[in-house]
Amino acid sequence: MVTPARVVIALCLVAPFVAMLWVGSYAKTDPVFIGIPFFYWYQMLWVLLSTVLTMIAYKLWQRDQRARRDASKGGAAQ
Amino acid sequence: MNEGVNGVALAVFIFFFLLVTAMGFMAARWRKAENEHSLDEWGLGGRSFGTWVTWFLLGGDLYTAYTFVAVPAAIYAAGAAGFFAVPYTILVYPLIFTFLPRLWSVSHKHGYVTTSDFVRGRFGSKGLSLAVALTGILATMPYIALQLVGIQAVLDVMGVGGGEDTNWFIKDLPLLIAFGVLAAYTYSSGLRAPALIAFVKDTLIYIVIAVAIIYIPIKLGGFDEIFASASEAFGQTNPATGAPRGALVPGDAGQWTYATLALGSALALFMYPHSITATLSSRSREVIRRNTTILPLYSLMLGLLALLGFMAIAAGVKVSNGQLAIPQLFENMFPDWFAGVAFAAIGIGALVPAAIMSIAAANLFTRNIYKDFIKPDATPAQETKVSKIVSLLVKVGALVFVLTMDKTVAINFQLLGGIWILQTFPALVGGLFTRWFHRWALIGGWAVGMVYGTVAAYGVASPTQKHFGGSAKEIPGIGEIGYIGLTAFVINVLVTVVLTFVMRALKAPDGVDETKPQDYTADAGDPGVEVELPPATAGSAH
Repeated sequence: MVTPARVVIALCLVAPFVAMLWVGSYAKTDPVFIGIPFFYWYQMLWVLLSTVLTMIAYKLWQRDQRARRDASKGGAAQ
Repeated sequence: MNEGVNGVALAVFIFFFLLVTAMGFMAARWRKAENEHSLDEWGLGGRSFGTWVTWFLLGGDLYTAYTFVAVPAAIYAAGAAGFFAVPYTILVYPLIFTFLPRLWSVSHKHGYVTTSDFVRGRFGSKGLSLAVALTGILATMPYIALQLVGIQAVLDVMGVGGGEDTNWFIKDLPLLIAFGVLAAYTYSSGLRAPALIAFVKDTLIYIVIAVAIIYIPIKLGGFDEIFASASEAFGQTNPATGAPRGALVPGDAGQWTYATLALGSALALFMYPHSITATLSSRSREVIRRNTTILPLYSLMLGLLALLGFMAIAAGVKVSNGQLAIPQLFENMFPDWFAGVAFAAIGIGALVPAAIMSIAAANLFTRNIYKDFIKPDATPAQETKVSKIVSLLVKVGALVFVLTMDKTVAINFQLLGGIWILQTFPALVGGLFTRWFHRWALIGGWAVGMVYGTVAAYGVASPTQKHFGGSAKEIPGIGEIGYIGLTAFVINVLVTVVLTFVMRALKAPDGVDETKPQDYTADAGDPGVEVELPPATAGSAH
């Protein structure tokens, strides 16, 4: 079943793939950050971004599962 | 290349080595369960590891000594192209978030110890399970051998490797001792030994990286200086190829290679038996999901580590063998005692994955070759015994491999191993989500992928090698240069889909699926799911 929460989860998990596989978007040296070319610090930044995104996906998933379990408990006892 | 033995560094190295050896043997008593003679106990540590132990174990397992040596070495040699390891490890975690919990559930429900166990249960095909098991063992062997190469690099720089004219026995003695000790405690403690040692390894690695990333740039005049001298070095023409040595940023031609290497490697990582062994040893599916949110810490470390490759250039490290660049950088920049700590980190970093890999390969052999084809009525105690012996044989094999053959052979096979292991993806991950693929179609796809990958890799030449000169080649039909493993994988999937239609049309027998849809979402505490599983065979009976 497609719910808004699940769409967000999917987006969170897909975003790193789009960002990292589109190499052309970050294959450049400028802007430089503390002497490190863009190419390098941008990808390291994505380590953090993808971590946050995965964490959001994890929290949403936990909530989604809890809701589903409650719903099935609230329904007919099978 | 070294004048003498670095005494202080060596003493520190030996101290840490003795420490982890003692821990390795004591690990047998850590979280001990009642039934120690089952494969679950020895090979999966009783399946009881929580979030933090799993984090250390997976981190210790995936980020190997070879990684620490090879990633900065690749940067040192060619610049940007070597940095693909970072997007690769970024992509791994959202990926495993989707499928590993399902594998955990179904494995705990049915007592599967290996990926081949699952494939056999899901598709009712011993042939497919054998294909997956053989691929796993084949891909793991050279990986273990490369861990030895990592230790060798450190020993060389410390000056204990001996010169070219040293007797081979004296030269290889330190390596023999290190692996003898590793083999002994893996034999006695199983997966508990690397899990406990992983704490020491990761702590040392984090300390070394933190110090290196602050201390070395200060000594070299900041990142501006480092990248300026790297840029200059990469601009110089390599006499062997007539092209510049490398680049700070991948050019247009290199972008496909960069992206396909990152994606292909990410897809392949959790096909390796040792990654799965560490995953299945966790206590619940929550532990796995939670780990996907904290494991990226290692990726950050890997990124910082990769930058050391540029620092080696800026520091004027000149080595003919790129593998020695980082150990040599440590030797040049750090005071002796801290260089010893850094070397210990790399050395121990080799022991943890080598132990887990040999356990994983041994589990595959025992469950999917010995039990399925040689002795179907083996008792859990016999299984454990066979596994222990095979784990020894695997290590001896790796040792012989490294000592008798040229180092490039191990690296070539490791490259092939990555291509091969990716070909088990459709059966394993496909099988976790759908039963649509036909078992024979999966075998067909696998075979085509294996052959294509091997032949394509054989045909890649480099200035120094006629064959296996790299892992990227022109993608048929697209014309860009891409990772061979990923191309083989796409061909594999296409063949599997076509053959599945054919098999369905021919009404070929489908095989018995012993799993149920709800098995894939079961968690610890649900009926039929036990956290500390009884002997592995009891679980597969139902």
